[in-house]
Amino acid sequence: METIILFAPLVGALICGFGWKLIGETAGLWISTGLLFLSAILSWIVFFGFDGVAEKIQILRFMESGSLVADWAIRMDRLTAIMLIVVTTVSALVHLYSFGYMADDPQWKEGETYKPRFFAYLSFFTFAMLALVTSDNLIQMFFGWEGVGVASYLLIGFYYRKPSANAAAIKAFVVNRVGDFGFSLAMFATFFLVDSIKLDDVFAYAPTLAETQLTFLWSEWNAANLIAFLLFIGAMGKSAQLFLHTWLPDAMEGPTPVSALIHAATMVTAGVFLVSRMSPLMEFAPQAMVFVTVIGASTAFFAATVGLVQTDIKRVIAYSTCSQLGYMFVAAGVGMYSAAMFHLFTHAFFKALLFLGAGSVIHAMHHEQDMMNYGGLRKKIPYTFWAMMIGTLAITGVGIPLTQIGFAGFLSKDAIIESAWAGGTGYGFWLLVSAAAMTSFYSWRLIFLTFFGKARGDKHTHDHAHESPMTMLIPLGVLSLGAVFAGMIWYGNFFGHADEVAEFYGIPVAEAAAEGAEDGAAAAEGAPHYVFAGQPGEGALYMAPDNHILEDAHAAPIWVKVSPFIAMLGGLVLAVWFYIVNPSLPGRLAETQRPLYLFLKNKWYFDELYNVIFVRPAIGVGRLFWRRGDGNVIDGFLNGVAMGIVPFFTRLTGRAQSGYIFTYAFWMVLGIAALVTWMSIGGGAQ
Amino acid sequence: MDNLLSIVTFLPTLAALILAVFLRGHDEAANRNARWVALFATTATFLVSLFILFGFDPSNTGFQFVEQADWLLGLQYKMGVDGISILFVMLTTFIMPLTILASWTVTVRVKEYMIAFLVLETLLIGVFTALDLVLFYLFFEGGLIPMFLIIGIWGGKNRIYASFKFFLYTFLGSVLMLVALVAMFADAGTTDIETLMAHQFGSETFSVLGMQVIGGMQTLLFLAFFASFAVKLPMWPVHTWLPDAHVEAPAAGSVVLAAILLKLGGYGFLRFSLPMFPVGSDVLAPLMLWLGAIAIVYTSLVALVQEDMKKLIAYTSVAHMGFVTIGIFAANQQGVDGAIFQMISHGFISAALFLVVGVLYDRMHTREIDAYGGLAIRMPAFALIFMLFTMANLGLPGTSGFIGEFLTMFGAFQANTWVAFVAATGVILSASYALWLYRRLVFGDLIKESLKTIADLSGREKAIFAPLAVMTLLLGIYPSLVTDIIGPTTTALIANYDTALNAAETATQHASN
Repeated sequence: METIILFAPLVGALICGFGWKLIGETAGLWISTGLLFLSAILSWIVFFGFDGVAEKIQILRFMESGSLVADWAIRMDRLTAIMLIVVTTVSALVHLYSFGYMADDPQWKEGETYKPRFFAYLSFFTFAMLALVTSDNLIQMFFGWEGVGVASYLLIGFYYRKPSANAAAIKAFVVNRVGDFGFSLAMFATFFLVDSIKLDDVFAYAPTLAETQLTFLWSEWNAANLIAFLLFIGAMGKSAQLFLHTWLPDAMEGPTPVSALIHAATMVTAGVFLVSRMSPLMEFAPQAMVFVTVIGASTAFFAATVGLVQTDIKRVIAYSTCSQLGYMFVAAGVGMYSAAMFHLFTHAFFKALLFLGAGSVIHAMHHEQDMMNYGGLRKKIPYTFWAMMIGTLAITGVGIPLTQIGFAGFLSKDAIIESAWAGGTGYGFWLLVSAAAMTSFYSWRLIFLTFFGKARGDKHTHDHAHESPMTMLIPLGVLSLGAVFAGMIWYGNFFGHADEVAEFYGIPVAEAAAEGAEDGAAAAEGAPHYVFAGQPGEGALYMAPDNHILEDAHAAPIWVKVSPFIAMLGGLVLAVWFYIVNPSLPGRLAETQRPLYLFLKNKWYFDELYNVIFVRPAIGVGRLFWRRGDGNVIDGFLNGVAMGIVPFFTRLTGRAQSGYIFTYAFWMVLGIAALVTWMSIGGGAQ
Repeated sequence: MDNLLSIVTFLPTLAALILAVFLRGHDEAANRNARWVALFATTATFLVSLFILFGFDPSNTGFQFVEQADWLLGLQYKMGVDGISILFVMLTTFIMPLTILASWTVTVRVKEYMIAFLVLETLLIGVFTALDLVLFYLFFEGGLIPMFLIIGIWGGKNRIYASFKFFLYTFLGSVLMLVALVAMFADAGTTDIETLMAHQFGSETFSVLGMQVIGGMQTLLFLAFFASFAVKLPMWPVHTWLPDAHVEAPAAGSVVLAAILLKLGGYGFLRFSLPMFPVGSDVLAPLMLWLGAIAIVYTSLVALVQEDMKKLIAYTSVAHMGFVTIGIFAANQQGVDGAIFQMISHGFISAALFLVVGVLYDRMHTREIDAYGGLAIRMPAFALIFMLFTMANLGLPGTSGFIGEFLTMFGAFQANTWVAFVAATGVILSASYALWLYRRLVFGDLIKESLKTIADLSGREKAIFAPLAVMTLLLGIYPSLVTDIIGPTTTALIANYDTALNAAETATQHASN
């Protein structure tokens, strides 16, 4: 069954991409969509039927060289099961949605066929993503990792006539490759030390890695920390974390369904998945984990600040994604992988919902994306409005404090903030809380600018604004269900008591009493009933015996638990004040605080900075090497030599133009003759 | 079939002789006959070579299909293949029919053109199958003559300069190699490669003109061979002949040059340098590793700023051969497996990329990148094929380019983390130059008047690309097809290498005691 889940999208991509000329365009689209729904349904069956015991399905041999052995294989455990439903569900819905959204794309001329290509790319992406999450070794994972990168590249650049889309596509791929550079070094180092790149072997070896020193570049490093750090560089690229985030906002050049599927719900969460998947290693790499936490928290904060001032509806949501990914990394960084996965899971629903909702707005507004030209759309597109409202309620974290009742984001985001507090990282905690306030502000700002107030911009466009077709509204409805209920239903599994979480992931548990006798700290007041036990690699996640974040988070003080809620309220109130009560205020504020405004509007000037530091020097050095290095130095030297030698040879053979060929043959024969003479006369040296 | 290797080697020459003797005239009919004879002969050679492949026993790490005979003047004629050479033979016989097909549009001196290619095939196969030094040298150096002619007669405007530069580079290497051959014969008393591989050349440090030569004779012999192999590979900084040669060569010439001729250097290192001069290799390995790493970064950066698409691809070839260098001199299983794999894979990928350039050049007669743009709109099949090979060129997992590059880096990391680090930046740079080239040629709007009527791939062109695409994907998804064949031989090679190094070390310790 897992094999069918994995390959159905690939088959769909091939049939749709290559076979549509034979079977017709519509048939091709429906086959790829149908196969995706098949995958999605099977994934849910697998998810509910999964008993927590990991299994492996070998498909084909892959790379083999000495002790370096990797197979094409499926590793089926809870982490895989979670990713399977996230990926296939969102992907199936996005396929369906694309029927409506891509129906009459103004980017293409009459008679140009683009839909089969689009659907084939989507299906191919899904296959690559599934290959990533089902992998049982680092190399297949890297295959999926780069495969989704290519799909993302192709889809960002889908409108290949547009220079901006092409530039964004290349940028996405190249920046991701910077991350992959880290990932590959991590693979090399892992193989060097563990002599295997199979996950099970790496996990089992993790405790030893923690005590191994590795000489890498100029210094000696703790092996576990180094590998974890390098892997995280990969995760930073794929998940658009600070310093490697610049590609994500530009990626919005792609069609909106792509943004929903790849740049919100699935691909960009691959980094979080990677850190969770490698939890047995991460648990032995405390310094690397501090780095993960710091980068995550900084990204959450940074992206939220930039999101405050963007006016392109998709860019706001893109920065929001970037910020939410930061949350997930904070959770993973403090050792609460399950909370990271929880947020990944709920975020997939509500962020895909927000993007598809935004797509519906864009569709209604004839591909206008600037929120400054929206306004008052509430009545014109009511279903879209309510879907967006649900998404916003979910992302801002609306719920009843101190209970487990609320929208999906309420439960998962609070879980992360409590974990951050329990992890003792004040930096993480406070940045996340302030980011929560900003999240609330920019999310409501989006709603108010789009759906409330007076209509702005082109009157004609507003007059013709229309609700989207059913193929687009059904996915919105399904995702809304997820955005409302996903948190409440699975709270216990992801963030309940240790025994619930352990059962979900198949982690062995031990009675706290037995453990407490050995470990004095755990025996304190409010000691857990159960603690995680077992060796690295047992269960889908590994939490070291001294990892008490889960229980500590549950025992967090009231003020910690309500702080995200208060932050959310603050953001909401401010947004109402700015955009409903006093709509002229934002403009005036931007005037008076011009430097700050520009700083945020220009995304902290990262693009400009990178251009100066990396892009232009690379081109400059390339030119220098070419003109000066190859041209002047090497060829110059050669020509100098040549001027001395050539006349000599040309005289020798008496041929002006192609004489050197004969010279060459002549010398070769002469040489052989000399050798032969030597051999026959001397009979060798003996 | 005791002489299968000789049949495969000389079948093309037989066809060339038939062309030379029996084909008269320069009319259209004669040209057509020349093409068909060449295509038939190269295809037949490929089919016969399949018998070698299927009859080959990978678990046997020695030479197979060995033929031995006395030749004139006491020289011996000896041929054979092992796990290292067999796939190069296969690569050659596989690529040659495609190059003939790609030359279908040549109209100048067709008969001579086909003869040059057929003779070239014999000489190239001969290099990989020769098991005697003199025989090897004849094939190795002789192979350059048809290549000079192909560039010099059927090449572009600056063909004389290019083939001259090519000649000049190669010449110095050949002279030094010849000297080394004589020295080897003097030392070992035989020119039999199999015997020479078992022979231990002196590795005691001695001084020449006051300079200490660590590794002694082995180091000197290594350097002499290095002069020749480094140019062929080509390694930085002796690579500057390659872009010029490629630019001036006709498309099919470029294909042979990139796909097969460049492999002579790497093959030479594996056949001679590592097994025969292990101490010399070990002494110079750090230098070799760094030359490889520098080549990757340097030529990738240079490729980034090229305006001529053929030059750009030529520079990427140098970068890819940098991976071969670091793989070989990492001197471990993954490194050497990766180097061989990278060479085979580069054979398919670079062939396809030069054919891609050929397709455009045939239509527009310019290699200027700026003359193109928006080809996707009129040439979807071309865009698809080119995308596949662009991805293979930047080493995407799932294509053969990935396996070779990554295996060599797995190997290099064990030898020197700095080198692996520098080489790995190649994955960023290769993405930049490959995608940037693709974007400028294929994406964007089709606004140039001259391109408005450009035609998509013809059936013949698709037939050329299809086998290359299949191989690139097949080896990318199931690389065991290659590693199963080369693996055992590589293991033996590395084991012998390590044993020889240990023995030499012990000997040195004894000497100093």
